[in-house]
Amino acid sequence: MRQWLARQLHLADFTLGALMRRKGRNLMLLAVYTLVIFILASVLFFGSALRREATAALTGAPEVMVQNLVMGRHALSPHEWVEKLKGIRGTRHVQGRLWGYFYDQATGANYTVMVPPKQARDLQVAEGETIIGRSIAEMRDVTRTGYLFLLSPAGRLFKLKVKKVLPAESELLAADLVLLSEADFRRFFSLPADAGYTDVVLSVRNPNEIDTVVNKITRALPQARVITRADILRTYENVFSWREGIVLAMLAAALVAFAIFAFDKASGLSAEERREIGILKAIGWETSDIIAMKLWEGGLVSLFAFVFGVAAAYAHVFLFDAGLLAPVLKGWSVLYPQFSLTPTVDRLQLITLAFVTIAPFMAATLVPVWKAAITDPDVVMR
Amino acid sequence: MRRITIALILLGIGFAALLAAFVHAGLAQAGRRQVMAENRALVAALGLTDPALFTEARYTRHLTQADLFTPFQDSPASFEHFPSGALVLPPPQIRSSHARLIGGHPPAGTGNPVSPRSE
Repeated sequence: MRQWLARQLHLADFTLGALMRRKGRNLMLLAVYTLVIFILASVLFFGSALRREATAALTGAPEVMVQNLVMGRHALSPHEWVEKLKGIRGTRHVQGRLWGYFYDQATGANYTVMVPPKQARDLQVAEGETIIGRSIAEMRDVTRTGYLFLLSPAGRLFKLKVKKVLPAESELLAADLVLLSEADFRRFFSLPADAGYTDVVLSVRNPNEIDTVVNKITRALPQARVITRADILRTYENVFSWREGIVLAMLAAALVAFAIFAFDKASGLSAEERREIGILKAIGWETSDIIAMKLWEGGLVSLFAFVFGVAAAYAHVFLFDAGLLAPVLKGWSVLYPQFSLTPTVDRLQLITLAFVTIAPFMAATLVPVWKAAITDPDVVMR
Repeated sequence: MRRITIALILLGIGFAALLAAFVHAGLAQAGRRQVMAENRALVAALGLTDPALFTEARYTRHLTQADLFTPFQDSPASFEHFPSGALVLPPPQIRSSHARLIGGHPPAGTGNPVSPRSE
């Protein structure tokens, strides 16, 4: 065993010597390989942490939401829907909600304006008051004045006293929130009192009966669209999964680049490498020794790239808040939450990443060497 | 020092960094439990449905509340034009309910079978 180990270490040492002879080329290879793994691991870490964060928080989302659709568009739900839904057996806590979007011309950002529901006792606002998300507070510099000035869509200026700014930790969920009283909300959007609600939320007494209750709702209100908490969670289970746009785009680009790279290596050894293999065979190396040497080469390069790529990705996502991914995610959003994610390392994802990056590279290194190593040294050296 | 010794030391440092990441993740999770509980309480109190990740368009701000047509509603035959629409796909329940429109089949286990949109 000791002898075998010593032999392997000598082989590895020899391999490193051979790698160092082509220092520039091999360092470049290592850098590209590490970068590919860094990008893929960053997206994986970010995606799974975001998924975890979102699904953990959204387990508190409303159980069932009912929207009115008119001509395929979301429309206001009439007041009588609340009574109708209360009449369906199994439903409880039925309440109409008022929320909408507001494009703030002063900053060019979109806000979500909302009337806090009754159960949010700590977040109730009186007329003329507001509670806002931290991103808005920073953008509008409200800490200095204590007031938020908004120009309503109808052109009326609203001066709202900022009662509270939501904590920084909630930014991922509430960065763009503006909470208003119902009277202010209706005045702000010029919404008559009988105009109805944005949507209606309710909970179901027995969680096993959600599907039955949803069925009853769709029968009672055929034009309604019903969204359940399970739908919400399913959506965020899928966000940034392997099949989603961003991952697919990054994965495809990185893997194509890597495939070209591996193909370049696999398509043939350089004349120098072939000569080296020929000489080694001529001086008595076995085919298995040469393959073991190349296995060390592929193994060392892959391990270096993987270990440092993944460690750097972890630092990037969880210590530097995914600074390199943020510009991609921001898109045209003026208001983008500053958030830290709870670090998570998914072992299965890491194993998958190792498999899709290391296995092709090892194969690309070994196949041409095996071909050269089984050829007669005389032919290889010629 | 032999080259392989140096390489193994460097690899050891790399593995130590990876191990540190695992330990850091474990410790940080314990520290963040309070924050996550507070966020869950905020979501429950306000009835929030989506994270504020993409505020540029209403269908990406509230991904779960939009439907498949929302990105194309600005005018007849309009294109979707917000960059974040390229980053996230519509929710699985509406993709599956509209799968027949594009000649596909809903993926198994997705979609709300009782939603009127799935009929």
